[in-house]
Amino acid sequence: MSNPAIAAKPRVALFITCLGDQFFPQVGECVVKILRRLGVEVTFDPRQTCCGQPAFNTGYRQEAREVATRVLDLFEGADYVVAPSGSCTSMMRVYYPELFHGEAEKLAKVERLRTRLFEFSEFLVKVLKVEDLGASFPHRVAYHDSCHLLRELQIEEEPRRLLRAVRDVELVEPQDNQLCCGFGGTFSVKFPEVSVAMGEDKLRAAAAAGAEYLVANDSGCLMHLAGLIHRQGLPLKTLHLAEVLASQG
Amino acid sequence: MSEHGVDSNQIRELGRQALGDAHLQEAYRSSTLRLYTHRLAAVSEVPGFERLRERARELKREVMDHLDFYLAQFAENVERRGGIVHWAESAEEARSIVGEIARRAGASEVVKAKTMVSEEIELNPALEKAGIRPFETDLGEFILQLSGERPAHIVAPAIHMTRHDVSDLFVHNLHSQPTEVPEQLTAIARRALREKFASAGMGLSGANFAVAETGTVVVIENEGNIRFCTTAPRVHVALIGIEKLIPRLADLAVFLRLLGRSGTGQKLTVYTSLLTGPRRPGEDGPEEMHVVLIDNGRIATLADEKMREALYCIRCGACLNTCPVYRKIGGHAYGWVYSGPIGALVTPQLTGIQNARELPFASSLCGACRDVCPVKINIPDLLLHLRSEAQERAPAPTPSGAALGERTTIRLWAWAMKRPWAYSLGSRLARWGQRLLARGGWIRKIPMYPASGWTDGRDLPALARKTFRERWTEIEKQ
Ligand code: SF4
Repeated sequence: MSNPAIAAKPRVALFITCLGDQFFPQVGECVVKILRRLGVEVTFDPRQTCCGQPAFNTGYRQEAREVATRVLDLFEGADYVVAPSGSCTSMMRVYYPELFHGEAEKLAKVERLRTRLFEFSEFLVKVLKVEDLGASFPHRVAYHDSCHLLRELQIEEEPRRLLRAVRDVELVEPQDNQLCCGFGGTFSVKFPEVSVAMGEDKLRAAAAAGAEYLVANDSGCLMHLAGLIHRQGLPLKTLHLAEVLASQG
Repeated sequence: MSEHGVDSNQIRELGRQALGDAHLQEAYRSSTLRLYTHRLAAVSEVPGFERLRERARELKREVMDHLDFYLAQFAENVERRGGIVHWAESAEEARSIVGEIARRAGASEVVKAKTMVSEEIELNPALEKAGIRPFETDLGEFILQLSGERPAHIVAPAIHMTRHDVSDLFVHNLHSQPTEVPEQLTAIARRALREKFASAGMGLSGANFAVAETGTVVVIENEGNIRFCTTAPRVHVALIGIEKLIPRLADLAVFLRLLGRSGTGQKLTVYTSLLTGPRRPGEDGPEEMHVVLIDNGRIATLADEKMREALYCIRCGACLNTCPVYRKIGGHAYGWVYSGPIGALVTPQLTGIQNARELPFASSLCGACRDVCPVKINIPDLLLHLRSEAQERAPAPTPSGAALGERTTIRLWAWAMKRPWAYSLGSRLARWGQRLLARGGWIRKIPMYPASGWTDGRDLPALARKTFRERWTEIEKQ
């Protein structure tokens, strides 16, 4: 394997995301494991917290700006910033420019961040140019397109390519696979009935397609879906893509 | 739901009721799915559909950026062709203009085509009060007039009713025989309406487009009733929201190719009528043609640079059919005449954010609406903008079961997020606290909002025993 990116030994600053840090630290561990195996040097700055999305999405822009400003400063020196979340990546890539509208100095920082920021699956396929990570996962898997990954970042093929390269995995596409799962950040607690009803549709479709696992790249969606599965005792499991890719069967 | 005024802040409660009604759920599910699927098929047949969308968007931007110019041009051309132009700043003004035209025309009955702006200005009750009887001639609107409801969808107003519901309504109100055959239901409505077309002294329509270059009012439809309404009575009145303008007749080709396909999956609707002035000697058609150009909050939207984009809307309804939230809660939950994603933008704009502050929040921001919008309105972006307006101009009431107001909670949260030590301390406290609640890695119930909103319908995974940052020193060494 001669991969120019690997030869150059890229340095990645991991943005673990607040949900990833608090609820799914094992996902972060998988990300680190995979990146290291590919010859990447991973750094983690423990001063990081959240990208500011919860405040921004709930309409509190001042508070979001305060939190986001820290992110801009923390990652100024990094070669690459990688986040295992479509939602947080889209917050930084798509919505920071809007959040800092009219603030030239911050916008310059946003621009610098945007050129170096990647969602995890995107980083693997587009920057490192790898698809086969040598993983093995003998199960039937449905990949859930989280909305921000799909519609804000247009990342649709990368996770599927990575999954297809996994040994023994069977990838199924449930009906209406690109329909929102109903998480939606604070939407999930402001409109819980609707949020839950949307999630139920998602799970029903996955079960009908015979999936054992629902795999996604966003902790929010996964928390929501896993919470529903657990409440209703359904025969389905959820995993983050990184967990599947780090799996040895 | 009250018959007048705006009830938009009830959206959660009304949505909950809709979710509990299996019959209604099925009506919405099947109809939106049908329209959604038809759209997909129709759109995939057109090479360069994307370019068409871009073009339509450009045209709308051009109009909105120079609306004063195009309005003046349109008005001038209407008058040149013998039409009469009226300007209405508010709903009230629009109602009284229409009432006055009817009075002068001596019309005691008015036949109406489907027009959302007439719903918006709540024209029917005003006409009735003035002793003028309005007859809705669009099948969907006819149904709603009998049931006394607001439109549940901007294109298919009676989308929430099944054929069975309609049959029951007709049996009850028109003493017809029960039937679920669509053609027979249409025939029943036709019979009830037929003589009205001949006797009504005035016909009322909206406009899908208003062509500035020629002064032409364009209306599209499938039933043929609009043709009747706009040509049979002696007087025709077209109600036009000022965002309906397009620059030139040639531009119509762009919009017509988009509208039918996006709305119902039709290449073109069955009828497309271009109405330019009243009848000329030797022609059929109305003797008088009036156009009422209606502002009713649109100019304020225009002045808001960010929200201006919402005025590009051509009311195709695709965003409703696609929206997973609309599909669940239905149109009436939005509390006014416009529903779905576009309703969540338009209603706060036209009725004031305080009357509709909850609407922009009733979205998971999934962006499916933006993907189907024929004029590419960035709906999620505008919803986010309105959310911040809502928090500034009409702060959220403290949710029930919450210890603190939302703003205070977010301030505290932001304060902690800016201080890693506070963030870590908060995390430790939460993990200590959750020992009382968590069983086997899951929490079933937290009594306090916002977590209660979560645990109402799903379990919450417990916080990890050790966060990633706490594990990092180990990981780093490996
Ligand atoms: S916002 Fe776009 S998709 Fe929705 S009704 Fe208007 S034109 Fe159609």
